[in-house]
Amino acid sequence: MSVKSIFISGVGGQGTILAGKVITTALVNQGYDVKMSEVHGMAQRGGSVITQIRYGDRVYSPLIEKGGADVLLAFEKLEAVRYIEYLSSEGTLIVNDLEMPPASVLTGKEEYPPDIVPRLKSEIKNTIVVDAVSIARECGEVRAQNMVLVGVLARVMDWSKQSFIKVIKDVVPARYVQLNINAFERGWELGG
Amino acid sequence: MKKVFLTGNEAIARGAYEYGVTFASAYPGTPSTEILENIAKYSEIYSEWAPNEKVALEATAGASMAGARAIVSMKHVGLNVAADPLFTLAYTGVNGGLVIVSADDPGMHSSQNEQDNRNFAPFAKIPMLEPSDSQEAKDLVGEALKISEMFDTPVLFRTTTRVSHSRSVVQIGERQEAGIKPYVKNPEKFSMIPGFARKRRLILKERLKALEEYSEKFPYNRVEWGKSYDVGIITSGISYQYVKEVFGDEVSVLKLTMTFPLPKKMIAAFVEQVKEVYVVEELDPYLENQIRAMGLKVRGKELIPEIGELSAEILREALKGDKVTPAFKPYTSVPPRPPVLCPGCPHRGVFYVLKKMKAVVTSDIGCYSLGVLPPLESIDSILCMGASISMGHGFKKACEINGKDATVVTVIGDSTFLHSGITSLMDAVYNRSNTINIIVDNCITAMTGHQHHPGTGYNIKEEPAAAVSLEAVCRAIGVENVLVVDSYDLKAVEDAVKKALEYKEGPSVIIARRVCALLKGKGPKGLYSISEEKCRKCRMCLRLGCPAIQVRGDGIFINPISCVGCSVCVQVCPFGAIEKAGDE
Ligand code: SF4
Ligand code: SF4
Repeated sequence: MSVKSIFISGVGGQGTILAGKVITTALVNQGYDVKMSEVHGMAQRGGSVITQIRYGDRVYSPLIEKGGADVLLAFEKLEAVRYIEYLSSEGTLIVNDLEMPPASVLTGKEEYPPDIVPRLKSEIKNTIVVDAVSIARECGEVRAQNMVLVGVLARVMDWSKQSFIKVIKDVVPARYVQLNINAFERGWELGG
Repeated sequence: MKKVFLTGNEAIARGAYEYGVTFASAYPGTPSTEILENIAKYSEIYSEWAPNEKVALEATAGASMAGARAIVSMKHVGLNVAADPLFTLAYTGVNGGLVIVSADDPGMHSSQNEQDNRNFAPFAKIPMLEPSDSQEAKDLVGEALKISEMFDTPVLFRTTTRVSHSRSVVQIGERQEAGIKPYVKNPEKFSMIPGFARKRRLILKERLKALEEYSEKFPYNRVEWGKSYDVGIITSGISYQYVKEVFGDEVSVLKLTMTFPLPKKMIAAFVEQVKEVYVVEELDPYLENQIRAMGLKVRGKELIPEIGELSAEILREALKGDKVTPAFKPYTSVPPRPPVLCPGCPHRGVFYVLKKMKAVVTSDIGCYSLGVLPPLESIDSILCMGASISMGHGFKKACEINGKDATVVTVIGDSTFLHSGITSLMDAVYNRSNTINIIVDNCITAMTGHQHHPGTGYNIKEEPAAAVSLEAVCRAIGVENVLVVDSYDLKAVEDAVKKALEYKEGPSVIIARRVCALLKGKGPKGLYSISEEKCRKCRMCLRLGCPAIQVRGDGIFINPISCVGCSVCVQVCPFGAIEKAGDE
């Protein structure tokens, strides 16, 4: 199988790292060669964060090239626009319908770009907009937004649902397992 | 054999476990921190945080001298701190295998420079290995320990961010106990007085010759013949992955893993057999220069950038002339999202006060380095670990000597102070500086992800440990004016600075103390909100740069999800518009 690439972007603290862990564990369990790259350190302090995942029969580079991502999974709208160059021409954009203004916007120095969603939708034919925060809240915990988004991605990529549920059971602390599975399933429904 | 999915750092820890290491030390630093954090999970290995990299290397050298297999890890700039023992360790050699991990940060994701630490290997005259993925990272720890013991030398183990922080599949094995080798007293080997060192210098030369022979046969230095002999590429570390990504088996590749000493015959034979040779490496022309010095014709840095990280994309463009034109482009300028001090960060108020004072502020390395950015913008300089206090001292003296007046304040974190600030403070006391030195004590090494240090009262395994008292240290080295304040109490901070300004008998120390707001269960609790009636939109609170305080339209609000209730903004609002809104 040729190599597939998933580019995840978000804001430090949004749970992108756990999302990456669940996705890659499931892919490794399915026997793929997998590489994932993330950056720790300073970036955790509310900065823009990315996780890059590549899988296939044999993967060399852990980094995705511009125009090379089969999916761009953006946990926040501005972080979708910031990394849009990485999406391939036939790729799918999954974007969380969430606005987290960066410092320059909070202090009124810059404007948060308006109309992000309609513009992305008009440009990229495979765009899925997900209100992961509301769905996660309905499941009982806002922080489960990451699993909602993983659910959408899993369906889009046609991955085995059961293998993800197993991984969630393995990597998420016991008392949050059901919550996360619910969030994943709600996402899964939206990815179809 | 079991397959697991590990980061390079986890794989190095796994290697330490499998190949019988019993002693490990480190000082945290991105991208190396998780190496020791993961080693500490194995009960078979004794592990400890050291106050700095030099101490970590020396303790590791002692463990090796006793006969144990030992590993020490640090970020690239940490090796500068540890360079003093490093260069002489090359002379003494080891007893138990000794591996020194240097995790470099090309592109400066989380560093103040991007030095290429491969240069340390020929400089210090010690062998070096460079893994290119997690499997190699694990396996090569075993090879490094073997080489260390076989040739009686410390081994430099050099990774980069993309090796340390990328995950790939690793086949793991069982632990092989190495026990402890007998220790025999041998001052001619371990005590480097000039007479003994001169003899060791000759041994070192012989050792390098033998290592070069070893490098020729080292199985991880290998040629991968491609479909064509027209183009050959010499590469190492993560760059190897980018080469394979771009060229697959179209070209022939000489993958070097032992990159000091280089297998010169192997390189010469490779260059001989292919028409055109490129050297692909990140940062400095380290391989290229040595290969050119052998009289061989290769091309490298004339095509490939020597600044920042490499990628398959850069390589594709440099060597194939293929420029990617992305299908989609951002349709608008995207406001940047740099890291910021967390809501409730105890450093915020201190910088706010300093900004008002218009002092020259020499600062240091830690979360508080972010005080250099708007809106706080209170910092004048950041150089290296510990430099705040000594640079402030020099600045102040230079002004005095030349008849200039300057208020100089230095700002350093607790972990950084214990790392290398104490000697600087001694300098200020001994040479009678009138600097004001603020230790922003958040009771943890925060920036690298909350590691303990000798002042926190806990060790790496979270067991209670002796705690160094910062105030006692400052007094003991002769600081008479030591003031302790709560970082959240802006008036107390300001008063302390004013008091210190009046004190002219030597340096003052202000310990501004409050635990890091992110420490589980220890940060502040509560919630504040801005009363719409009382707020007059003066925007004073925005000068704090707390991410919880937001402008929406023409109103200013506190985001209840982000606010942790530190109450610092309350003290800044001139109209009493910020009010308590909850306890959680
Ligand atoms: S981690 Fe702690 S010290 Fe660092 S910015 Fe956040 S609150 Fe401040
Ligand atoms: S109390 Fe004020 S300064 Fe502190 S976290 Fe809340 S909004 Fe930020």
